[in-house]
Amino acid sequence: MSASLGDRVQVTGDREDRTSNVVSASVPRHSDANGQDRIILENVSKFYGEVLGVNRVNLSIPPGVTGLVGPNGSGKTTLMNLMTGLIHPTEGRVSVLGISPTRPEELFRRVGYCAQFDSFPKGVTGFSFIYNTLRLHGLDDREAVRLSQEAMERVGMTEPALRKVAGYSKGMRQRIRLAQAIAHHPTVLVLDEPLNGLDPMARAESLELFQALGKQGLHVIISSHILHEVDKMSDQVILMSSGYVVAEGQIHTVRTEVKEHPMQILIRCSDPNLLASRVFAQDHVVEAKLIDDGKGVLVRTRDADAFYLLLNQLVVKEKLSLDTVAPADDDVNSVYQYLIGSENKTI
Amino acid sequence: MTRLARLRTTLAEQPWELWTRQIAAVLRMDLRKNFLSRRGIWIYLLAFAPVVIITLHAIIDRHSGSMREDTEVLAGIFQFFYLRLGIFFGCLGIFTWLFRGEIIEKSLHYYFLAPVKREVLLLGKFVGGLVTSVTLFGLGVFASFAMMYLRFGDAGQYYIFNGPGMGQLLAYLGVTVLACIGYGSVFLALSLLFKNPVIPAILVLGWETFTPVLPSIVQRFSITYYLKQLCPVSIPGEGLLALFTVVSQPVGTVAAILGPIILAAFVLLLACKLVRKLEISYVAE
Repeated sequence: MSASLGDRVQVTGDREDRTSNVVSASVPRHSDANGQDRIILENVSKFYGEVLGVNRVNLSIPPGVTGLVGPNGSGKTTLMNLMTGLIHPTEGRVSVLGISPTRPEELFRRVGYCAQFDSFPKGVTGFSFIYNTLRLHGLDDREAVRLSQEAMERVGMTEPALRKVAGYSKGMRQRIRLAQAIAHHPTVLVLDEPLNGLDPMARAESLELFQALGKQGLHVIISSHILHEVDKMSDQVILMSSGYVVAEGQIHTVRTEVKEHPMQILIRCSDPNLLASRVFAQDHVVEAKLIDDGKGVLVRTRDADAFYLLLNQLVVKEKLSLDTVAPADDDVNSVYQYLIGSENKTI
Repeated sequence: MTRLARLRTTLAEQPWELWTRQIAAVLRMDLRKNFLSRRGIWIYLLAFAPVVIITLHAIIDRHSGSMREDTEVLAGIFQFFYLRLGIFFGCLGIFTWLFRGEIIEKSLHYYFLAPVKREVLLLGKFVGGLVTSVTLFGLGVFASFAMMYLRFGDAGQYYIFNGPGMGQLLAYLGVTVLACIGYGSVFLALSLLFKNPVIPAILVLGWETFTPVLPSIVQRFSITYYLKQLCPVSIPGEGLLALFTVVSQPVGTVAAILGPIILAAFVLLLACKLVRKLEISYVAE
């Protein structure tokens, strides 16, 4: 049975059986029964000789922006290469919108992949790089020119289009690869570290582009080390470590399922001392700490729902005025630290 | 529905037009690389070295030698140099680089990420290699032939246009094409099978050289077995030299033409299987 980012809530097993050690959670989504709108990996393992790439991965990824997070060597690129057929699974089955990656002639009409390899065919210009790929699609000259120009415009590369790629900066090379991946208007976009080497302005524009594509109903799978950016753009995340999927789903729900680490909630209100004393009496509240400026309380609770209920009651009863109520560790970074640990610390 | 009718329907349903456009796209990219790459200079040398030697011979020995002698010399150059060294190693350089070069330059994934059947991609690259090798070695053979007879003036012209010259030239060019098809397919398959195809290629060279001493049925799996008998001028061979020139049990001309083509088709089918399984793993290179 596959774990689904869209319709399952599953709590971990122990670390001995890493396949069941998956935090999986998300709100239900509509999905067609045959997986025609999903990327599905069923019990997928990939070994390079005796070296583990990924092991027993089960995923069902719905449309939207999915962040793929994990330290170096965790299997992110292997997973993306498996989805796009650049490598074949040792075991298991992969299906992208119902198409097997062993059928590139169908798959890449709908999939664009911006791989991590920073290499290009010799002597190409930015334009000819994209144009040649579109001709490989079987498009005629006029259509290939039109789509090439459109893609270069989308990534802000119109001006250096006719210069040789060999003379591009790292950021420009990254953008031209992105342009090549989106040029044929794919419905699935797989992006391996697409923000590497981009300046802040280009990063912001790329993030905006990915979010816009996700909102259009595309699958956008993005691997990144920059956790706060993943947090900002992703509808759901897949956390990987040492070749295993350790958590998947919407980040808030994944965080809720990490019971070993109580949720941290920051409340700024009119009487933080009173609030701290009231909430600390509850069993599920592990800690209630006044923050440095004395205008708020940081609460750590094992049951966030019960806490929010209690807070509502206290507000009415004690006539408290609330300025802010916000989860303090309900983000990818915290989940990453809790599940993968600081030994693999990323940015 | 008969099997033949089913096959005909299946073939008619295939997207031939799309495949043709895709092969043309592969050719557009590959031909430039094949012809203009700096690492291919030695292939130009292989193709045109005999032309330089024959030209020097034509200049230095312009008042000596006979046309008959030179025709035999040309036959020797073609059989010993072009067939066994020039075209063999030229095809080794061109065809093994078609995929292996892309892997070394880490650009093969761009082909694999396009909606192209791997078999169509392989065919496109093979045709690209074929166009390159046939152009280079065809021009080399043509120029060698022209330079050889040019020094005889009117007699040379007469030999070419009114004698057996033109037929010999066409036969040499035909054998060149067949050699490129045969060796090209073998080296393309080897490059998909081995990371370093040079050692297996040397084994192929050994096989091509020494199959004449094996039973005739085994000889039919050698490309030179067919090509030798299609050469228009036979070279008198004695002793060890006969190993390279004499065909013990020749087949008919049509069979000799079809032999390398069938062999190449079989090898390309095998290569199609290999390319379908090929993975992008540049780190391992």
